[in-house]
Amino acid sequence: MNLQLRFFASLREALACSEEDIDIPSQIKTISHLRSFLRERGGQWAQVLAEGKPIRCALNHEMVPEDTALQEGAEIAFFPPVTGG
Amino acid sequence: MTVRIQEEDFDLSTEIAALRKGDAQVGAVVSFLGTVRDMNEGCQVKGMTLEHYPQMTEKSLENIATQAKARWDIRQALIIHRVGPLLPEDQIVLVAVTSSHRGEAFAACEFIMDYLKTAAPFWKKEETPGGGRWVDARVTDDVAMARWVGNKPKS
Repeated sequence: MNLQLRFFASLREALACSEEDIDIPSQIKTISHLRSFLRERGGQWAQVLAEGKPIRCALNHEMVPEDTALQEGAEIAFFPPVTGG
Repeated sequence: MTVRIQEEDFDLSTEIAALRKGDAQVGAVVSFLGTVRDMNEGCQVKGMTLEHYPQMTEKSLENIATQAKARWDIRQALIIHRVGPLLPEDQIVLVAVTSSHRGEAFAACEFIMDYLKTAAPFWKKEETPGGGRWVDARVTDDVAMARWVGNKPKS
């Protein structure tokens, strides 16, 4: 499955990555699986995306829970809790 | 419902005049203006940069305005949020709501701000004497938002 990943704010800085085009194995079915899969890269990825870290995610520009199923070609974003206003 | 994301400043009087122009059913206008403080959590703030997630930002703010319109009998709602570099005392955000009577406008304006604080993808990075620091989300913002979930507050 092909996905477009986006990272924002403190996550973008810590990972030194704002966006990435990625092909993931078929057993990765949810955003939660994707987060674990990215953690396996180790280093900053393991720390920044560690379990228990308050991270929000969006699928195609809509905030969704982590157990949401991935869709072919979707844009998945990871970011810290928002602080606008 | 109007949503604008912009780097430029805005003028409150001009925006409100435009929002209620030509609508004689309007009897109440409530606005909230958010501005930049020079202190946060005991630390001096020299300035800040607001980052956002283009596309999602507009979508989420339009969704917020639509929800407010569905919940309360309001005439118009306007949300302007600035992005990019800002200095203390600068205006950051404007929410303005018009309605026939004040109750709806007060409630809808507060709802939109509470929702924006927890659901719109903006992030503040402050410049402090110790360097740049990303602002942490406040638990009180989630508490404020939770009041609106499930039950319709009285207006």
